[in-house]
Amino acid sequence: MAAEQPKAIAVKELEKKFDSFVAVDRISFEVSAGEIFGFLGPNGAGKSTTIRMLCGILEPSGGSGTVGGFDIRRQPEKVKAAIGYMSQKFSLYEDLSVEENIDFYSGIYRIPAAKKADRKEWVLEMAGLRANRSARTGILSGGWKQRLALGCALLHEPSIIFLDEPTSGVDPVSRRRFWDLIYELAGKGVTAFVTTHYMDEAEYCDRLGLIYGGRLIAGGSPRELKTGLMREDVFQVVCAEPQAVMSDIERLAGVRSAALFGRAMHVIAQPGRGAQAEDEMRRLLGERGLAARVERIVPSLEDVFVSLIEAAEEAAK
Amino acid sequence: MKSLFNDIRIIRTRAVARKEFIHVVRDPFSLGMAIGMPIMMLVLFGYALTLDVDNVPLAVWDQSNTVHSRDFIAQFSGSRYFSLRKRAGSYAELVRAIDTREALVAVVVARDFGELIAARRPAPVQVIVDGSDANTATIAIGYAQAVSRGWSERVRLHDSRRIGAAEVNQPLDLRPRVWFNEELESKNFIIPGLISVIMMVIAGLLTSLTIAGEWERGTMEQLVSTPVKGTELIVGKLVPYFAVGMLDVLLTVLMSEFIFHVPLRGSVVLLFVSAAIFMIGMLGIGILISTQYHSQLLASQLAILVTFLPAFLLSGFMFSVVNMPAVVQWVSYLVPARYFVTVIRGIYLKGVGLEVLWLDVALLTAFSALVMALAIVKFKKKLA
Repeated sequence: MAAEQPKAIAVKELEKKFDSFVAVDRISFEVSAGEIFGFLGPNGAGKSTTIRMLCGILEPSGGSGTVGGFDIRRQPEKVKAAIGYMSQKFSLYEDLSVEENIDFYSGIYRIPAAKKADRKEWVLEMAGLRANRSARTGILSGGWKQRLALGCALLHEPSIIFLDEPTSGVDPVSRRRFWDLIYELAGKGVTAFVTTHYMDEAEYCDRLGLIYGGRLIAGGSPRELKTGLMREDVFQVVCAEPQAVMSDIERLAGVRSAALFGRAMHVIAQPGRGAQAEDEMRRLLGERGLAARVERIVPSLEDVFVSLIEAAEEAAK
Repeated sequence: MKSLFNDIRIIRTRAVARKEFIHVVRDPFSLGMAIGMPIMMLVLFGYALTLDVDNVPLAVWDQSNTVHSRDFIAQFSGSRYFSLRKRAGSYAELVRAIDTREALVAVVVARDFGELIAARRPAPVQVIVDGSDANTATIAIGYAQAVSRGWSERVRLHDSRRIGAAEVNQPLDLRPRVWFNEELESKNFIIPGLISVIMMVIAGLLTSLTIAGEWERGTMEQLVSTPVKGTELIVGKLVPYFAVGMLDVLLTVLMSEFIFHVPLRGSVVLLFVSAAIFMIGMLGIGILISTQYHSQLLASQLAILVTFLPAFLLSGFMFSVVNMPAVVQWVSYLVPARYFVTVIRGIYLKGVGLEVLWLDVALLTAFSALVMALAIVKFKKKLA
């Protein structure tokens, strides 16, 4: 048997405090090489703080971690040479042209002269910016900027990439293209650590970690999370004007919460009281004379996360 | 800490320098500042803001109106120090002339001036000076005293000639000889010192904006996530500003030579070498501030506070340090511009070299090295 492959990212009890505020609360997880790891959580949960610590640009308050085999606290500069990082905010120079930005990062990453031209063409091709190579970066649209930023972070062909909300503010077509690119890179063995709060993007990931209030509250593949983690039954209720009955359904015995989900409504039962909730719902809808369909479903990731967060909030009380 | 210059990569430094150069060239503000500022300051200080007091506007109320009084007044209006603007007929008119700044000096010749002079008795003359500008007032009083002393002298000489007496010699014969700035022109004094102020502004202010600006725009976050070293970043960023700054020195030297005709008597090489040393120190201050404050507004205000103001007030560029209170003089030893102004004035006006200026040049070098080292050490490749 082959020796166990070293983890691309391994974090133990990692902690970050800003004065008395705990932004990241002793989290531990591992990411294997070639994996697409999705880091999910609402705004302010500690996603960016974690990613910055992993990139070696923010000093942790406690705990330890390695990225690409390098210690994030003792060898941050080695980590930086091994990774590509794309921050949440567009961070290339808007007054420089597309090519000038690429040339700058080529210099910073010390791309050998022989490879430089190839890498530049690769970025231009990947970002679809061949025709606009001498345009000022500031005038580009969001999707272009984002692909150019990714390209600059990939110039030195890092084995691990950190993408902090890479697709926020980007149109759906560009988002799709972006994820195709991540898959392509993962296929070549690149590890991708992606933060997001889009649930559909979470489904694209091999494995997910859910962070809330600085704590890692769940982890696993999307399938594991959807089938294994939720103790509550989830029902989909399809009826005319679900918003009219939603608040009544929420008050039913055995029901924990209800939320609109497209044209339907997802109802989460209280743990162990799924059957009771289902009966109560059918009774209520019958009384109202609504032609409704109530069915037990595999929860969506969103259901799972909402439920996990609510459970975490209750536990915190 | 290992050596600061350990493992510095030219390729990265060059990439930073090239990028920074593009920023300077594309940003109308910094480009305008770099080219327009020295020209504007030279024109302002060279032409408009002169310390020379010439053609002081004068008002006269000649109550006597005799041969003597008219001759006395002609001494004033004929000199290049005064220019007669108003002949008043009353105190009220004199007061108005001074209030409206039509005149800065008023001379009142009393009704009995003619008789007293004829009788060779002391004739009082009143000189009223607008003291709201103390410097000009002091100089104007000096001029007025000189004019009246000269006139008295002439009267006495005339008398002694008429009675055929031997000429009475003055007990003292003071013969002032002005060195270095023979014409006592303030532009010769100010313009060399102005080079230091221009350099302070360009170097301190523009560089203080660069790193703070990158923090503000978020581009620094990307940059610190790369293997670029602090030294490479700082040196690379300084190269274009150094070039711009030295270009400004050249521009200033050329303008002072061909437009203002300030004599440059010493070594041009020493001038540029010491300017380069001073420049590095000033760039270092700008960078140092910029590494500590991540807002451009704060950084630029601080840069003005710590570079421009001391350079302006305590360097001796305009206000002579020797005349300041002892405490302030001590403080001025901490202002690098003071040494640079000494060096540059020494080169320009006195034509002296390192044999005299070595200590100032050495202190400047030490200062610049210290500031640069501090800037590099203080720059943290971390987010706060």
